[in-house]
Amino acid sequence: MFIYIARRIVYVIPIVISVALVCFLLVHITPGDPLVAVLPADASQELAAQLRVAYGFDRPLPVQFGLWLWKALHGDLGNSIATGRPVLAEVLRAVGNTVTLAIAAATIGFSFGLFFGLVAGYFRDTWIDKVATSIAIAGVSVPHYWLGMVLVIIFSVQLNWLPAVGAGPGGSGQWGWDWEHLKYLVLPAITTSVIPMGIVTRTVRALTGDILSQDFVEALRAKGLRETGVFRHVIKNAAPTALAVMGLQLGYMLGGSILIETVFSWPGSGLLLNSAIFQRDLPLLQGTILVLALFFVFLNLVVDIAQAAIDPRIKRS
Amino acid sequence: MTTMTDTALQSAPATPARGYWATVGRRLRRDKVAMGCALILLLIFVSALVAPWLGLADPYQGSMIRRLKPIGTPNYLLGTDELGRDMLARLVYGGRLSLLIGILPVILAFGIGTSLGLVAGYVGGKLNTAIMRTVDVFYAFPSVLLAIAISGALGAGITNSIVSLTVVFVPQITRVAESVTTGVRNMDFVEAARASGADAFTIMRVHMLGNVLGPIFVYATGLISVSMILAAGLSFLGLGTKPPEPEWGLMLNTLRTAIYVNPWVAALPGAMIFAVSICFNLLSDGMRSAMDIRN
Repeated sequence: MFIYIARRIVYVIPIVISVALVCFLLVHITPGDPLVAVLPADASQELAAQLRVAYGFDRPLPVQFGLWLWKALHGDLGNSIATGRPVLAEVLRAVGNTVTLAIAAATIGFSFGLFFGLVAGYFRDTWIDKVATSIAIAGVSVPHYWLGMVLVIIFSVQLNWLPAVGAGPGGSGQWGWDWEHLKYLVLPAITTSVIPMGIVTRTVRALTGDILSQDFVEALRAKGLRETGVFRHVIKNAAPTALAVMGLQLGYMLGGSILIETVFSWPGSGLLLNSAIFQRDLPLLQGTILVLALFFVFLNLVVDIAQAAIDPRIKRS
Repeated sequence: MTTMTDTALQSAPATPARGYWATVGRRLRRDKVAMGCALILLLIFVSALVAPWLGLADPYQGSMIRRLKPIGTPNYLLGTDELGRDMLARLVYGGRLSLLIGILPVILAFGIGTSLGLVAGYVGGKLNTAIMRTVDVFYAFPSVLLAIAISGALGAGITNSIVSLTVVFVPQITRVAESVTTGVRNMDFVEAARASGADAFTIMRVHMLGNVLGPIFVYATGLISVSMILAAGLSFLGLGTKPPEPEWGLMLNTLRTAIYVNPWVAALPGAMIFAVSICFNLLSDGMRSAMDIRN
């Protein structure tokens, strides 16, 4: 097991460096001078040259990357052009809110997904299966930002039950676990949960169906095992794959939250990314994407290790 | 006894063995859900294509006095938008750009990804490692984040949005193509072709492409639904199409401010994205099960 974990971690190092390289290069594929956002329109040539030296843009690209990576490893992702505050602090503050949203959405999405998937797989080709798969396919096909709008129309505009935007009364940004705050979480969390719900349902349904059609299940039934006992075997066999899919989905929710956070003005990393893009705040853009991608890589690593821990077949191969 | 067998043979209808693709096509045509979806998609495609000849209102012509009319207003069947433009016309015309920016990235990625995967899978060795490790790097980003990062860096615009989505889908298709190719590479007929002196390019083009294209194609059709949602999503964020172009994602964005005045008109463009996306998903599911002859 330790050898497996060590191997996985070693394998992640080149990925992390490449991810950093992609984030670094993002700024350099932007059309025009990277200084454009910092430089006043009427700046003199001298000022531009000075700033270019100050930001290190005058050095060769590999050197720039090396310096940037070295600083990044020490937790220095530069300062936001818009606010002047350190990028890392801004990103980590925002990521907290995104994690809250993702965990709430995962709780809803995974519970329904597992339930629908198991039921649909067990009662294959019955009306129960048809209902569950229809919900699942709607879940994976719906443009979630639109679903968010529709939910706002129903529950905020027409029924006036829940707030439409923000993450707390008065826009204080201070999160709390009481109803006053939680009611801001309901609509974004439901909206975010729809895609993972659909994907988990589809995966678990296919898994359950496959496992139930295998010979060993017939053998279990033949030797007189009760259906609850068979069900335990199904769960055990489906768990590693289901876990991997759920881990990946959690990563997608963390990294892909920009659309939903924009709809609900949820003050997370997605909304931060949105403002970074439109204010051409390149250090913030770079930093946010780097942190989110590293989060995703780390999550994948954890899922791989967890999967190996519960499924001995993976370690051996 | 002999005569009986002879007559039995003669009376048997002479049906030639059906080919694989003919069987798949027949199975697909029997799938009511898939055919219904194909029909809806065809309708949306054709109406977008022939929009100028449908006698619709001008999708760019606004009017301050008829802004945000509700659904069912005479002459404005689906109401009007925040600038008083006819929603029906904009939804039909909107199909042109929306379908283009949603489908083109998948077609481009299908071409690039299949070529890369085929070469990686067939040649193997160092080239395979180089291609597949590069693909792994892109897998380290959630696809929405990658699309938005590239679009955000390149700036708003239709071309940039198509480029960024293509970059998102190429690694996914490459991975599928590589794994299918690796499965076919060591089969006897490839060995036979190699033994008879065919060069690598001929083997890939003539002997392997036909065997790997099916599964890759089905995978790619499944991506269209994601691509439609993401492409419209980029426009929704302001990173794709620019106003006043009619495009569903952008329309949804500009109508967001109208949800307190005329909510259901504001929701219409999203319903179009949803309809196209779910139809492509169901059609892709239908194709997958039609190609799975074992069942």
